[in-house]
Amino acid sequence: MQESTANQVAANATSSFTEHLQRDRPELLPFSRSLQGGASTAVPVQVPHATTIVAMSYGGGVLMAGDRRATMGNIIASRHIEKVFPADHFSVLGIAGTAGIAIDLTRLFQVELEHYEKIEGTQLSLEGKANRLGAMIRGNLPMALQGLAVVPLFAGFDTSAGVGRLFSYDVTGGRYEEHEHHTVGSGSVFARGALKKLWRPNLTAAEALSVAVESLYDAADDDSATGGPDTVRQLWPVVYTVDRTGAHRVPEADLAAASRAVIEARTVAGREA
Amino acid sequence: MTQQFYVSPEQLMKDRADFARKGIARGRSVVVISCADGIALVAENPSPSLHKVGEIYDKIAFAAVGKYNEFESLRQAGVRYADVRGYSYDREDVTARGLASVYAQSLGAVFTAEQKPFEVELAVAEVGPTQADDHLYRLTFDGSIADEHSFVVMGGQAEKVSSAIEAGWQASLGFADAVRLALKGLTPAQEGEQPAAPLPPGALEVAVLDRLSENSRGTRRAFRRLNDADITALLA
Repeated sequence: MQESTANQVAANATSSFTEHLQRDRPELLPFSRSLQGGASTAVPVQVPHATTIVAMSYGGGVLMAGDRRATMGNIIASRHIEKVFPADHFSVLGIAGTAGIAIDLTRLFQVELEHYEKIEGTQLSLEGKANRLGAMIRGNLPMALQGLAVVPLFAGFDTSAGVGRLFSYDVTGGRYEEHEHHTVGSGSVFARGALKKLWRPNLTAAEALSVAVESLYDAADDDSATGGPDTVRQLWPVVYTVDRTGAHRVPEADLAAASRAVIEARTVAGREA
Repeated sequence: MTQQFYVSPEQLMKDRADFARKGIARGRSVVVISCADGIALVAENPSPSLHKVGEIYDKIAFAAVGKYNEFESLRQAGVRYADVRGYSYDREDVTARGLASVYAQSLGAVFTAEQKPFEVELAVAEVGPTQADDHLYRLTFDGSIADEHSFVVMGGQAEKVSSAIEAGWQASLGFADAVRLALKGLTPAQEGEQPAAPLPPGALEVAVLDRLSENSRGTRRAFRRLNDADITALLA
């Protein structure tokens, strides 16, 4: 009798917010909603999609940048969407794929990390955070099979190892550690080419910022679902750096300067492609 | 089969209350003080990892005395309540008032329905943009709830500590002065004796809720736990 009580208590003791929701409030999970009604039609559901996230390591940390465009088919659904979010003090998360589910997953992931920290009184390790995110993406697999996929990119500072690290995922929740740099989204093929040419080891944070802006510019140049820097509306990419001191959002003024420098250089070159 | 003796409800409740009070009186005290910089939570606690003071949400902290396993389960339930509420509505919809009333209901239910009441006393503190917006709720083992303004003292020598703090409390206190005042209260001079030596940082647990955490630390999470070095620096 006593043993079964102890077992029960142990089984109920979870530090995971997602597990708590799964048990007590499953309807609140972004990926537990059933799409049975009409979703089996051949036409994919028309919802906003977010595209092109780039991330790279630099001397002392990691940097992640995302453009500001969300599309719905051939329509621009939003010019202001943010696709890079701070996950906690030492990590950031970028999302590509179905915007609505991705934003909900991000929110859930943020609460998950904070919840663990409050219950346990200590932060989850970077590996632990990366694995939790993988489990959430796997939870979304049924939705992904119906066309509502979310593909995140995760970057953080590993405080025990003292280095910045990057993780990419597939829709089944597979987690892959990336070295140097990585990019996701429909414009990623173009951004990747730019990164391969511009990235080198031990960039400074300022150099990494201009590499990120330049590769997003290349993605926007060739991918209609990626938005370039918008000088009319004063819209620049959203960029976060994570280093020993934590995650910081790069200020608008620095982004404006970096974006204008790229536009200036391209204008001077005046080349077609 | 043995016949159950009749016990009047009055006697039953009185026995339960006496039992819970005895349990709480054995523990050391915790002080929660509202001051100009925010809210300071100070506990006499030699353990560096078994906390009596904890974070619940952005602006809300928790302090408790009594049986560790009982108040720890209440703290975790509070974190779950706050996180679910903040996730399903919005972060600003999580309030100390809501949390305190959930605690009051659970403590009340345990006190009347369970075999044994919880031997705990809790404080729920929420820091506001101005001192007038601070909320301090004190909850006792039977589910009674009280709304305090300046400070809350719980635990063993609550009356003694409370009178010492009442004498020194002012709205304009900073964190350093508030913690000093709490320490003065936690080590009351025995009658006719020299004032007791102040507690070393290692025997203390101190946390604060920063009133302006958005400006000073760039985070909406106002709770900050002070380690021994921080406490020494604060009191220097």
